[in-house]
Amino acid sequence: MSQPSYNFAYLDEQTKRMIRRAILKAIAVPGYQVPFASREMPMPYGWGTGGVQVTASIIGPKDVLKVIDQGSDDTTNAVSIRAFFAKVARVAVTTHTHEASIIQTRHRIPEAELTAGQIIVFQVPIPEPLRFLEPRETETRLMHALEDYGPMHVKLYEDIARHGHIATTYAYPVRVAGRYLMDPSPTPKFDNPKMQMSPALQLFGAGREKRIYAIPPYTDVVSLDFEDHPFEVQRFDRPCGLCGAESVYLDEVITDDRGGRLFVCSDTDHCEERRAAGQRGADAVPQAEELR
Amino acid sequence: MSPQAPLISCEGLAKSFTLHLRGGLVLPVVAGVSFAVQAGECVALGGPSGIGKSSILKAVFGNYGVDQGHIWIRDGERRVDLATAEPRQVIALRRRVIGYVSQFLRVIPRVSALDVVAAAARESGAGEDEARATAEGLLRRLNLPERLWSLPPSTFSGGEQQRVNIAHGLAGRHSILLLDEPTASLDAENSAAVVALIQEKKRARAAILGIFHDAPVREALADRIVDISAFAIGRKPAETARAEAAA
Amino acid sequence: MQGDEAPLLVAEGVTKYYGERLGCRDVSFEIHPGEVIAVVGESGSGKSTLLSLLSQRLELSSGRVLYRLDGRLRDLSESTEAERRRLQRTDWGFVHQDPREGLRMNVSAGANVGERLMATGWRHYGRIRSTASDWLSRVEIDADRIDDAPKSFSGGMRQRLQIAKNLVTHPRLVFMDEPTGGLDVSVQARLLDLIRALVADLGLAAIIVTHDLAVARLLSHRILVMKDGEVIETGLTDRVLDDPARAYTQLLVSSVLAA
Repeated sequence: MSQPSYNFAYLDEQTKRMIRRAILKAIAVPGYQVPFASREMPMPYGWGTGGVQVTASIIGPKDVLKVIDQGSDDTTNAVSIRAFFAKVARVAVTTHTHEASIIQTRHRIPEAELTAGQIIVFQVPIPEPLRFLEPRETETRLMHALEDYGPMHVKLYEDIARHGHIATTYAYPVRVAGRYLMDPSPTPKFDNPKMQMSPALQLFGAGREKRIYAIPPYTDVVSLDFEDHPFEVQRFDRPCGLCGAESVYLDEVITDDRGGRLFVCSDTDHCEERRAAGQRGADAVPQAEELR
Repeated sequence: MSPQAPLISCEGLAKSFTLHLRGGLVLPVVAGVSFAVQAGECVALGGPSGIGKSSILKAVFGNYGVDQGHIWIRDGERRVDLATAEPRQVIALRRRVIGYVSQFLRVIPRVSALDVVAAAARESGAGEDEARATAEGLLRRLNLPERLWSLPPSTFSGGEQQRVNIAHGLAGRHSILLLDEPTASLDAENSAAVVALIQEKKRARAAILGIFHDAPVREALADRIVDISAFAIGRKPAETARAEAAA
Repeated sequence: MQGDEAPLLVAEGVTKYYGERLGCRDVSFEIHPGEVIAVVGESGSGKSTLLSLLSQRLELSSGRVLYRLDGRLRDLSESTEAERRRLQRTDWGFVHQDPREGLRMNVSAGANVGERLMATGWRHYGRIRSTASDWLSRVEIDADRIDDAPKSFSGGMRQRLQIAKNLVTHPRLVFMDEPTGGLDVSVQARLLDLIRALVADLGLAAIIVTHDLAVARLLSHRILVMKDGEVIETGLTDRVLDDPARAYTQLLVSSVLAA
């Protein structure tokens, strides 16, 4: 059987043009959700179709693509999407953040600081930050248009009243360029500061909800808070067990069935780079040379 | 305006009731009523029961409308025709100029007797403490037992309610006072207290217009009597009373 | 109230048709700061329609509603949606007959009262909370209910919470639609007394729709009597109720049962 031939990056040129227009519009109005004609993709909704469409519309033959899911390059989702683009676009792929020109991500921003010229594409399930407060789309659109964001602070107030602190730990709402309220996708609030004044272009795609939004480079992105309950990132009380990195987002790994645990960098590339440079954490397996 | 100008000046008042619920029956009450009341003077409206005295008094308060005529009320240097005044003007006059003691106390739930009277004093411009002191003073003069002061008047006897009513009407700094049977349902001792209070208001140059069925009270207070029978329109007094009750 | 103070809101020929059916016709009046107007009538009189038109919840078929903003009377049909919303959120209040329509039932009492503050830019949790707490006391809700949701409140408490929620931004004008409707008599009395006191203390102007003449007498300075979409009598409240001129008003007044 002959191999099916795909247009470059799977989408037809007209669709790419339509999506690029939506992206340009999104960049022109930072944080504003631009509707777009989301296409049927060869993976179901909930598996990153929005992110894939955005990447497919901007990727070129000279690009280098990195795909991560929860910070890791080797989870199923990341592997599949990387393989998809390798097949339909035949672009170079990498696990190294600093080598990539496009980084597609689900639920994390890499620890390594992004540079000018890089594009990070976020996979977004529910683009509307007000959805849980106001189920009507007609009403939320009006709220954005009129900057009617009071109810969002009601939610944060409730958190403090109920838990003593703002309990939202991921998908923490932000205000972009002092205007639009935005959902940064389900990244941990730990990553919110990375969006502020980033030299990279940040694009967000929601396939099922058919929305694209963007944060242009060097844009003001402020996490919502109260004067007397300021925004704070999560703190980890220990460094990475493998590479010793401090102030990074850690994942908990169960090592045996006796309750043994390891806390390691969620960003696998970051951890590998550090270990390659000789950094060691408390739980690192000693290298062969060291045993001698 | 000359300082001698009357505080109340009624000119050619005419009042009738149209009972739409009785097929539009028109009951004329009075016509051509004209009289004036000066500062420091007490004028009694005279005539048999049901002739229209209460209607005229209520008209001077703005509570009843009139079909024709003017009710000139002097407010400092200006005068206002109450018959055609805007509701806001009437309310402003009631606050500053015209005090009224009705025949029955309209009871507001939950407000204590003391607060009812103090509120009237505050409306007239007194501060919190002064209003309270004025209210206490009046209730004491009217022999209302102190244990009742903090209770809402809804459970009071008729006489007790009437005394709260009078205190409420006299608590302000009004230059005009309208009194509708102020001593009804009061015994001799309390009647005398009321008369004394009204005489003090007279001495303070208030213009007083009242209805006093009780002859000794009338004699003690009234400088003049204006007999309303002269203005009644050929109606028997009993029918007028029924007309007023039906309205 | 001075006689020469400028009006706060002016209705000119306010009319609403639902297709062929008349909602209300040709209603004109002014309301001044600190004035309370009752709009009374039976079901179908058009009083609720009038309230919705004045408060910009419904679009007029013809006529104008003017409101004094920054010292000038502005035709509200010429203002933007953003301006209207800001008005409704700060300078106006709207108390619904059913408090569930005016409250977020699943959010705490404190958050309900604080919402308008947060919508107008308050960003200090402690201050928002203490202001909310003050207002709860003012409407006679126990301050330690501040973190409870109105789901757990009685009808009277919910209504008092709705009032607090509306008054926290010191609006100049409050619209009320049957504020005591559906409440037990003793609860009504408490609520009416509260409304009376707050209106007087805060110098609020209010337009209150009610079918209950006793409520009109207790709370209002002026009254509009409506029937079949038209105002058939208007004037000083005690004058209209004690010396009604029109047939329908006489019917209404004489129909009230004495307890």
